[in-house]
Amino acid sequence: MDLNLNAEEQAFRDDLRAWLKDNLPEHRAVDHESEEYWQHLRDWQRTLFEGGWAGLSWPTEYGGKGVTPLKQSIYLQETVAAGAPEHLGVIGEGLVGPTIIVAGTDEQKTEFLPKILNGDHIWCQGFSEPNAGSDVASLATKAVRDGDDWVVNGQKIWTSFAQGANWCLLLVRTDMEAPKHKGITALLVDMNSPGISIRPLKQMSGQSGFNELFMTDLRVPVKNQLGPTNQGWRIAITALMNERANLGASMYPFFDDAVTSLIELAKTRKRNGKLLAECPIKRQKIAQAIADLEIYRLDSARALSRLERDSTPGPEGSMLKIFWSEMYQRLAQSAMEILGDVSQLEGFDDGAWVYRYLRSKGATIEGGTSEIQRCILAERVLGLPKSY
Amino acid sequence: MDYELSKPQKMLQQSVREFCGRQCTADHVREIMETETAHHAELWQGVADQGWIGLHLPEEHGGLGLGLVDLAVVFEEVGRACLPGPFLSSTWAATLISKTGHAASVSSILPELCEGSKIGTVACFEEEAGWVSGQYDAVKAEVSGDGLTLSGKKQLVADAAVADVFVVAARGEQGLTLVLVESSANGINITPTEGLDATRKLYEVTFDIVNVSADNVMSTGADAERALKESQQVGMVAVCAELVGSMQWMLEESVEYAKTRKQFDKIIGSFQAIQHKCADILLTTESSRSAMLYAAWALSEGTDDAERAVSIAKLFCSDAGQKVGGLAIQVHGGIGFTWEHDLHLFYKRNKSNEFLFGDATFHRELVARLALDAA
Repeated sequence: MDLNLNAEEQAFRDDLRAWLKDNLPEHRAVDHESEEYWQHLRDWQRTLFEGGWAGLSWPTEYGGKGVTPLKQSIYLQETVAAGAPEHLGVIGEGLVGPTIIVAGTDEQKTEFLPKILNGDHIWCQGFSEPNAGSDVASLATKAVRDGDDWVVNGQKIWTSFAQGANWCLLLVRTDMEAPKHKGITALLVDMNSPGISIRPLKQMSGQSGFNELFMTDLRVPVKNQLGPTNQGWRIAITALMNERANLGASMYPFFDDAVTSLIELAKTRKRNGKLLAECPIKRQKIAQAIADLEIYRLDSARALSRLERDSTPGPEGSMLKIFWSEMYQRLAQSAMEILGDVSQLEGFDDGAWVYRYLRSKGATIEGGTSEIQRCILAERVLGLPKSY
Repeated sequence: MDYELSKPQKMLQQSVREFCGRQCTADHVREIMETETAHHAELWQGVADQGWIGLHLPEEHGGLGLGLVDLAVVFEEVGRACLPGPFLSSTWAATLISKTGHAASVSSILPELCEGSKIGTVACFEEEAGWVSGQYDAVKAEVSGDGLTLSGKKQLVADAAVADVFVVAARGEQGLTLVLVESSANGINITPTEGLDATRKLYEVTFDIVNVSADNVMSTGADAERALKESQQVGMVAVCAELVGSMQWMLEESVEYAKTRKQFDKIIGSFQAIQHKCADILLTTESSRSAMLYAAWALSEGTDDAERAVSIAKLFCSDAGQKVGGLAIQVHGGIGFTWEHDLHLFYKRNKSNEFLFGDATFHRELVARLALDAA
């Protein structure tokens, strides 16, 4: 056991830090619904690509850097800690690209992979449907073959990045008679095709990070089918495993910021004539938040260490997902108790705590609910019988 | 970066597990806990022969010169077997003597403790002071001739009846005073105080003008505070490791039970209500292990955050031991609540370990101090 970074890893981190210092954009676009915001993210992806920081996890033969999971994690943490713009490639680079590498044709690899890395293509994923949430495989969006096209009709929901995306990894049902897992096909869909419309889905926090997609007689050329017909479920699993592995490691700086800000507020704001940091009960809650965050850091490091050895994302992703999503809720709840009545105001700390309090409720649902994750652990790690 | 145990550490883990499988079965633990002292000479000799006592101490102190991760590996495995007797007590006493660096004690008693030919324990806890070493004053050390006399009372002294020597945390002219006394010295009175964990017996020890020679005054003042604190940090790593081992046992038992027990003609492990409890036991056990291993490593390395790491491990493992114990009993249903099932052995040990070296509330306050009160 040795938790120090080795010399090579330290050098990687130092190079990245130096590069970030010189290349971070000064200007930030924050309005997620503006075209300016998406242009800003595309520009950043281009900067990353030109600086040689795109596709770190990808094999070098596909334009990637083939770096270890640990270095990827260093990259994610350093970029967030430096305040870099949101990573446009979360879905394209993190999830669709690796899936195309595994399942795509040579033409698809040539066509799509370079454009993911340079930021020309922004991807979204169309998996969930109003009636296919945890049970994604029961999806009903239907595709019927017509000559060299698939003709798609149906609806998707919870599609992040759809406003800015120009491509979508879409799961459709191509065999109505087969068992549900065996009648699904994956398609690579141009978002500018006629027949697709997008409607932003407003969350309880007021933001619209997700969208609904409506497909009406959408035509997708068969050459853009990813993997064999009716074997799209395996594509979906590959993509989801990558999603969980990616998400788990990248969240630490976000929570670290929140806890640091809570500590600062507690040291400066007063209640009952005393600093919040002087109240024994609030001190207990703050310490618990610190401990939670530290456990999350250590669990992530341990999962990463295992990934370095075993190289494929395993059920650790589910463990981390449960931990950080539930920690997020505990932190938001506990922080508002510590900060008191004024924390409900949108003007308090720029609305950061109201946002966290509301947004965290989605964390235990998106990307696989806590209940589904616990079933995965029970069945795949502990070997208990299937329950559904 | 590598969070995994090394090959030698895995071999050590395997050998402790095999030893416990042979010599520390649950039936044997039950027999031993029914005795007056929960000390079993043959089992103790076995532990001693393995070289586990003081394995983390320097070789010139009689140890093996291994690290705290190695110590944690051993304590996790003995925790998984609920090893009865004075292993933890004697480990703490030996560590404390080593940390004082007191030449006479280091060369005389310490090698005997490491060999297991003598047993030690630390008389430290007082109800009013709890685990805050700066406040110990229930045992007074007064100057008498060249040496000292001890007068007063210590509580929750583990394994006092089988200890050959006590390290006493007394209050003297120079503040905290750490002295070594033979348990057989005149004026020492040892009274059993039955606790809920029968596998590790607790005692009240009174000192009625006990004479201590100058040679046995090991450390005083700030130096004594440092030595005591450092020994407690090592003790906390050991206790956290025991807690993790106990949780690991509960996890294995609960999953095994959930796979075999049937109700409504179905394996209960196919019910999500049971599955999710088992998943929570797994999550809590693994997070505890992450925290415990990091604390051991950080303390071994002397990292800047070592003190915080140890407190976080202790607060997390203390709470986790309670949570996992509760879940494991619930998964087992009625049988889990009986004397016949072994769960209560581990459940009680977890409770005792929850308090030892400070409970979660105590360590949360320490973490809060580091975060909120630093200049």
